[in-house]
Amino acid sequence: MSIYINKDTKVLVQGITGNEGSFHARQCIEYGTNVVAGVTPGKGGQKMDDVPVFNTVKQAVEQTGATASLIFVPPPFGADAIMEAADGGVELIVTITEGVPILDMVKVKNFLSTKTCRLIGPNCPGIITPDECKIGIMPGWIHKKGNIGVVSRSGTLTYEVVDQLTKLEMGQSTCIGIGGDPVNGTNFIDVLEAFQNDDETKSIVMVGEIGGSAEEEAAVYIKENLTKPVVGFIAGLTAPPGRRMGHAGAIISGSSGTGAAKIKAFKDNGIHVCENLGQIGQICKDVF
Amino acid sequence: MKIHEYQAKQLFRQYNIPVPEGNVAFSVGGAKEATQNIGSFPVVVKAQIHAGGRGKGGGVKLASSMDEVQTVANEILGMTLVTHQTGPEGKLVKKLLIEAGQEIQKELYLSLLVDRATASVVIMASQDGGMDIETVAEETPERIIKVHVDPLLGIQGYHIRQVAFGLKIPPVAMKQFGALLSNLFKLFVENDCSLVEINPLILTSTNKVLALDAKLDFDSNALHRHKELMGLRDLDEEDPLEVEASGYNLNYINLDGNVGNIVNGAGLAMATMDIIKNAGATPANFMDVGGGASSEQVENAFRIILADEKVKAVLINIFGGILRCDIFAQGVVDAARKTNITIPVVVRMEGTNVDEGKKILADSGLTLTSALNLSDAAQKIAAAVN
Repeated sequence: MSIYINKDTKVLVQGITGNEGSFHARQCIEYGTNVVAGVTPGKGGQKMDDVPVFNTVKQAVEQTGATASLIFVPPPFGADAIMEAADGGVELIVTITEGVPILDMVKVKNFLSTKTCRLIGPNCPGIITPDECKIGIMPGWIHKKGNIGVVSRSGTLTYEVVDQLTKLEMGQSTCIGIGGDPVNGTNFIDVLEAFQNDDETKSIVMVGEIGGSAEEEAAVYIKENLTKPVVGFIAGLTAPPGRRMGHAGAIISGSSGTGAAKIKAFKDNGIHVCENLGQIGQICKDVF
Repeated sequence: MKIHEYQAKQLFRQYNIPVPEGNVAFSVGGAKEATQNIGSFPVVVKAQIHAGGRGKGGGVKLASSMDEVQTVANEILGMTLVTHQTGPEGKLVKKLLIEAGQEIQKELYLSLLVDRATASVVIMASQDGGMDIETVAEETPERIIKVHVDPLLGIQGYHIRQVAFGLKIPPVAMKQFGALLSNLFKLFVENDCSLVEINPLILTSTNKVLALDAKLDFDSNALHRHKELMGLRDLDEEDPLEVEASGYNLNYINLDGNVGNIVNGAGLAMATMDIIKNAGATPANFMDVGGGASSEQVENAFRIILADEKVKAVLINIFGGILRCDIFAQGVVDAARKTNITIPVVVRMEGTNVDEGKKILADSGLTLTSALNLSDAAQKIAAAVN
């Protein structure tokens, strides 16, 4: 097993006829993902390669049975696209879009609390179960099937970690980027719980960064609920306070959200801390 | 996007949030004219920069006569104001706000911001106004009132009552406070603010509620629907290199060290800064060229980093996923030739077509140092500057 997705997951792509949408939909299909539909308002009835395009998510779900959606729409329309997917009956919504206004996400999050679906992102690389299904923009070939669950707030930083693992012959069960925005769908604790309950996942790598307190909360959760070993890394120890480090959520506000506090929370709660990114593969090898 | 206090107060007036009578001035003459318009003494002369702690730094002064206004305005205009938020280099004061002095009965704290954990707007208030709220939160957390507002519901009467009774607002000022908080919430939501802070909010000797200070921060991701707010941006308050970088869609932050770095992706860029520090050097910047940067992006990034005179060496760290290393390497070579680089450059690349990429760098005839991996890159760059 893996978490959230597998080889049977049927995927629709919102924004499939755009530059990014079509490029990454093709990459996903090439990887083996079962992309069954695309949605672009006004382009219903057309095709993107062999993929049928619909005007609305509701139509796409009704006619293809898609259960997951991958969203590439521009940021002003991000919230609308997520809510359309949720209302259309999609179970897993993966939003790549970066730059959705925070008050839009606040509304979305409250709307989703009335639904049963799961949102991953926004501003994330997506999710991949190696050799089965890729719903996202990560380079598929760096991954290798195996037993390590990877969860991260970042994109390329996750690729770096996965690449080191794969080169040391340590495969992954599922890798998830939960996104760099301050208000997002799935959080660390959701993913950790799923990894704990997944037989295929034997150990976990958690990659956090400065800003907010999600890592601290996750650390306490790990101590209280997880039996699987966890290696943790935090990016941004040298970041100055009060500045947004690329990601909207990566900001130290006053004394909260510092890297030092997160590392301390990791250490206090039995997480194996990696202090040098260059060593994370080797540390995982030693610990796991 | 931050704005000045005087601009925030103009927006407050539009939303019927009471502020002291006052005007902005750009010269000593302007300060005297603004005082004349107020028509009474004392007045307060306040430096307008995008940083807190202005009072402690000597940027806020009381004046009881026109002569004093002249002296004080002369003193503050053109001074380099150093506060705990400006950094040691401080900020040049180019604008003043002249306001009517107030008789203060009580100082309060009031702010609105988005709470990440609960995905709601949170109202924070305290009777300890005028103090640094971080300190209050740390030392006496019980003196901070937090009320979460459901964004779909909007602000309700009971939210306002919780805050008002918590602040011990006297009955005579209750109605006015309620209107102020309700209008403030409206301003926050309608303008996509990420922070509204009034510190202090005062109760005057005649029991009027008044915003003595005003701090506003807007969500940059939402500015597309607030074109009117764009005019409030003050480029004087921003680092010129950061302004230039933002024009090319580069995430760049100028820092104190001497190792320039160019990285794709925000998380990896932060981790690269950390690795530089770990190796015993200090990063001169944060530079994220984006997950799938083009060679043009790389060239712009190069130019901006080299324009920073502190930079003694550059580390390029790229994880090529969708962006292929060979294409990226060509971009680096082109940029290096165009910008005439004379300082050491260490390149660490990993990912798609990495061998072809390394060959392009090696064959370029440029003095670029290739690194085997992250740790090797960190050591090489530290050796280059130390």
